[in-house]
Amino acid sequence: MRNFLHFLIKHHIGLLFILLEMVAFILIVTYNQNQRAIYLSSSSKMSGGLFETVSNIEQYFVLKKVNQELAEENAYLRSQLPTSFVQARDYFALVGDSSTSTQYKYRTCRVVNNTIRKHFNYITLNKGSLDGIKPDMGIISGLGVVGIVIKCTDNFSTALSILNPRLKISAKLKGSDFFGSVSWDNKSIHHVILDEIPEHADVQLGEQVITSGFSSTFPEGVLIGTVESVEHPVGESFYKIKVKLSVDFARLNYVEVVENIFQDQQLQLEEESVQ
Amino acid sequence: MISLIPRYIFNFFFFIFLQVLILNKIEFSGYINPYLYVLFILTLPFETPGWLLLVLASILGVSIDIFSNTPGMHMAAILLMAYLRRFVLMRISPREGYEVGTLPIPSFYGFPWFFKYAGILVVIHHLFYFFIESFSFSNIIEVFGKTIFSSVFTLILMAITLLFTYQKRNRI
Repeated sequence: MRNFLHFLIKHHIGLLFILLEMVAFILIVTYNQNQRAIYLSSSSKMSGGLFETVSNIEQYFVLKKVNQELAEENAYLRSQLPTSFVQARDYFALVGDSSTSTQYKYRTCRVVNNTIRKHFNYITLNKGSLDGIKPDMGIISGLGVVGIVIKCTDNFSTALSILNPRLKISAKLKGSDFFGSVSWDNKSIHHVILDEIPEHADVQLGEQVITSGFSSTFPEGVLIGTVESVEHPVGESFYKIKVKLSVDFARLNYVEVVENIFQDQQLQLEEESVQ
Repeated sequence: MISLIPRYIFNFFFFIFLQVLILNKIEFSGYINPYLYVLFILTLPFETPGWLLLVLASILGVSIDIFSNTPGMHMAAILLMAYLRRFVLMRISPREGYEVGTLPIPSFYGFPWFFKYAGILVVIHHLFYFFIESFSFSNIIEVFGKTIFSSVFTLILMAITLLFTYQKRNRI
């Protein structure tokens, strides 16, 4: 302590200078528009760059898992190829222009920042409006639904993760087509709650929960998870179903952003008919 | 030394008003913005304590900032200059050191010495100020240009000011 005081007294001029100089710079970046803009943009560039570097390094440790997932997805996609189906010779069909019949476009992005331990969890992606990403697009990974884009800058975008109570996704049971909404109850990062399934529905444990396709964000049939337990709250006519997520958010890496080309049309029509 | 205090208080306000009312309006081709108010810090006595120098510099800087609508910019620049004054004075001291009771002005130590002293500090001040003003390294040439032209102009104004105000000091 005495040495510290001694140090302070010995260097009081230099310390006072640094202190006042800091005050001056705080004034500069708080009250001058030009300097403030430069300061903010360079600091956000730096933090974005830092997150990207960190995630670059982290990626090496999950490469094996990612490879496996990609291989599985490849296998699945190959099974969808025309060559994997038996061709019926006496089949007659009309194929329209492929550019007008495509409804969903997919863009691969990398997750550069991802929170899972907070109350409201967000994901940062390494693509932004320059790559064609817009708010309200859905995000899926090879394993299932991940979240929804909410904000974009030129090169980055942030998204609500499904582990965020502010996000509700319309979902249905694969077997019986009863639909409800999926939201997070803040308890475990591996589970979400499926609500609003009526009590006369027949729910099987282990049944798949998929997106309903009613909201314009996700295509129909994207996996969300599997039914783990069913609860029937007293005095309510709906089941409360605990769903085990198919995506492991603790090691989220490559994701795909879904663009629904007809989203605007659908929303506009729906709004008009409500009025 | 005590007798100098009213004079410095007058100087303080004189330089602020001169700067904000007249010199801030001068803009020759955007390259010449003289900042004469630094002369107040330059002419303070040798014995001024370091902390007082910094406090006076920040008050002066803030006053100029308030009137020219650039919060913090002049303050940062003149603080750096006031801090470095000590080292520059040490560097360029005459062989026999500074005499007690003298001030760092030409009438005691001559114009060549004063311009060496003022030149170094004015260039530091202007360079730092113009850097803060642009706040990036992308237009570095422009910053250097502004620094050189404005420093020369400031030094000329200083010479004129000192010729008028401090000339008779030697005979008193």
